[in-house]
Amino acid sequence: MNWDEVTPLLWPATRETLYMTGVATLFTAVLGLLLGVLLVVTERGGLLSAPPVNRVLSFAVNVGRSLPFLILMVAIIPFTKVVVGTSIGNAAAIVPLTVGAIPFYARLVEIALREVDTGVIAAAEAMGATRREIVGKVMLREARPGLVSGLTVTVIALIGYTAMAGTVGGGGLGNLAIVYGYQRFEGKVMLATVVLLVLMVLIIQAAGDLVARRLTHR
Amino acid sequence: MIQIEELRKTYRVRGREVTAVDGVDLTVREGEIFGVLGRSGAGKSTLLRCVNLLERPDSGRVVVDGEDLLALGGAGLRRARQRIGMIHQHFGLLGSRTVAGNVAFPLEVMGVPRAERAERVAELLDLVGLAGHADAHPAQISGGQKQRVGIARALAGRPKVLLSDEATSALDPDTTASILQLLRDLNRRLGLTVLLITHEMEVVKRICDSAAVMRDGRFTESGRVTELLARPGSELARGLFPLPPAEPRPGTTLLEVTFAGDSTDQPFVSALARKYSLDVNILGGAIETIGGERVGRLRLELPGGPEANAAQIAFLRDSGLTVVLTAPATDQEDAR
Ligand SMILES: Nc1ncnc2c1ncn2[C@@H]1O[C@H](COP(=O)(O)OP(=O)(O)OP(=O)(O)O)[C@@H](O)[C@H]1O
Ligand SMILES: [Mg+2]
Repeated sequence: MNWDEVTPLLWPATRETLYMTGVATLFTAVLGLLLGVLLVVTERGGLLSAPPVNRVLSFAVNVGRSLPFLILMVAIIPFTKVVVGTSIGNAAAIVPLTVGAIPFYARLVEIALREVDTGVIAAAEAMGATRREIVGKVMLREARPGLVSGLTVTVIALIGYTAMAGTVGGGGLGNLAIVYGYQRFEGKVMLATVVLLVLMVLIIQAAGDLVARRLTHR
Repeated sequence: MIQIEELRKTYRVRGREVTAVDGVDLTVREGEIFGVLGRSGAGKSTLLRCVNLLERPDSGRVVVDGEDLLALGGAGLRRARQRIGMIHQHFGLLGSRTVAGNVAFPLEVMGVPRAERAERVAELLDLVGLAGHADAHPAQISGGQKQRVGIARALAGRPKVLLSDEATSALDPDTTASILQLLRDLNRRLGLTVLLITHEMEVVKRICDSAAVMRDGRFTESGRVTELLARPGSELARGLFPLPPAEPRPGTTLLEVTFAGDSTDQPFVSALARKYSLDVNILGGAIETIGGERVGRLRLELPGGPEANAAQIAFLRDSGLTVVLTAPATDQEDAR
């Protein structure tokens, strides 16, 4: 293959990767944030102290985090089929991607929220703020730089997962690399996918750092 | 304005019980500044946090501005808290918000409309002398300025009561003085009742009308500062006016004389010397102006043993002074 033959393959694959990563990020951001907040507020002495709930959530998150993505993907195929009707293709890949990334991001959210000065939370309580206000206007808002940095790490992990999803028929750059680069020994395709993946990661990291810095007032 | 009865709070840490507040009674009158002084771990913060129920006491009563806080439900308690200002040792400011945004926060919580909020914020920043810093972030201002933001924020809801948890402990002496001055001004101008806790004598000396000394969860003494100073054996007096340890030389009597309130303007040392033709030695002392009154302690040495000085001691006591005899330490040692 020469480069004229390689380039037309790259664009659709890149688009698929961006699509899978983008949609999975969206779901992960929302659900991971929710789970992370729950992990913090339900702990003993937290805003919504509920230690049993906390233990269950924490256990679920640990299980989710300990499964290698490849295994998770296969393990939840029945669930994926229920959600999107099929277990192959882009849309089907989004389900395990999201399921795998949620516990990952939830832990990062938890860490970011714990960084928030307890004195600020106590001050808000002393002002008569409601729990909702304390979570929304104090905890989440004060933790914004950490939440953004955590999401950046998560998105980059998701790109890695999409490449893996690609190897089992999820499409995208990972699929391209396997089908052409590995199975047909097309070195140019392999090189191009690697460059593209690296570029994506660099751009996302830079953008994440920029936003996080903007949100930090030191 | 603040009334606390038989307050008790015990923490359980890994099966061990720590009684942080052990039956405290406290009354803070309207418009006064009340200081609770105590060492680290005495239970001061716990006591203060019980006043707006950040901490729920195990038993007792907490009445603020006529309202029994322990009888209130969630929403009622939140409304009550909006009328009780609080300032914190480490300020407790939102780092992500500007100075103005921080002061606006309690107004948002209270549901004040946006336009009104901006006006009130400007007014409050003016009140604490921070008008020019509205758009700065907390990280960009000094500790003293941060505490001013904290004070402005605490006053947003026009509270009658301000609680202060070591508000000046993180500040240098000059800044401490200016913050204390500000609290004094606000107390006078707005009729604000202040309950503050501190481990610094200086704070009590500068601005408190009344004070209590707290130790192991209890008040060991409590009352108006000038009264406490005149009380024999008062820890507060000893702390405010430290005299070096001393024991009488043979054939002399050592007295610790505390004067406060009405007794301050008489020249009692020279009166004593003249009346009994004595040579009075002043071995140490400190005199300060507290709450506009002159207060102090002196250590006097009189010739002759305590029996020989009975009339002189009675004279001093009749003049309204508090007199404590320093016992010779050697007696006890001989007795061993
Ligand atoms: N949340 C808590 N859990 C368990 N024990 C606590 C808690 N808060 C306070 N204590 C204990 O209660 C006692 C009183 O603490 P408190 O913070 O009220 O003291 P303090 O007088 O404010 O001390 P400091 O001057 O150091 O702030 C201490 O022995 C402390 O260890
Ligand atoms: Mg304390």
